[in-house]
Amino acid sequence: MSIYEILFWFLTIMAISSALGVILSRNPITSVLFLIVTFFAISGHYILLNAQFLAIVNIIVYAGAIMVLFLFVIMLMNLNADVEPQKGRLLQLAGVIAGGVLFLVILAALKSATVLPLEKTSSDIGLIKNLGRVLFTQFVLPFEISSVLFLSAMIGAIVIGKKEETKNPLTP
Amino acid sequence: MPVQYYIFLSMALFCIGIMGTLIRRNAIIIFMCIELMLNAVNLLMVAFSKMYADSSAQVFVFFNMVVAAAEVSVGLAIIVMMYRKVHSVDINILNRLKH
Repeated sequence: MSIYEILFWFLTIMAISSALGVILSRNPITSVLFLIVTFFAISGHYILLNAQFLAIVNIIVYAGAIMVLFLFVIMLMNLNADVEPQKGRLLQLAGVIAGGVLFLVILAALKSATVLPLEKTSSDIGLIKNLGRVLFTQFVLPFEISSVLFLSAMIGAIVIGKKEETKNPLTP
Repeated sequence: MPVQYYIFLSMALFCIGIMGTLIRRNAIIIFMCIELMLNAVNLLMVAFSKMYADSSAQVFVFFNMVVAAAEVSVGLAIIVMMYRKVHSVDINILNRLKH
């Protein structure tokens, strides 16, 4: 068993167990912390797959920005001491069965799929140099459009999250 | 490590995300489960990019992160506004779409 396989299984067990922790823990703060652990495990998988740039971006964007946003919102709402009402046992069982059946169906469908072996030689496609070249030549239009998407998301978040002003007297 | 292992790992993460979406009632936890599903798809795309030795899939993972960040900002703004109105993030209370 090589060091690569040991790392793979360690990261896999870490990712799946902390993903289960996300959906099973009662406290939302604990869920956020488990989700950060999951993202770090996925970043480790990216490094094993020679996608170093995506590993760094995953840690910066997801674990750094998005999860801090989640934590901030949870602490703003003061939900950390709140006891969340649970769904009924029957509904929970139905949800677990639905997810498990989907997993079994995809597993059975993909078990016999023909795949290529993972490339051993070309290890530099995930470096920032090659990725940047592809991004700014082949995908430059989607890149620019995503900036418009970010602008609209920012304006939308500000408009939605703004405090309601006093009612306009002209409207009924 | 064959690519099947990565496929099964991302399938497991995706189905855990679906289960969490179905069994929880807290809207923020449901958002986190959606993030988990997006990350499972990202992991699968990176594995396929390694398999075909093509970096287009990694660029798409990058765009996927962009869309996820935009979605989270707008979604959390909606949740904060709803919390201000009804003082709860329980989706059984939020499902009427008006106060």
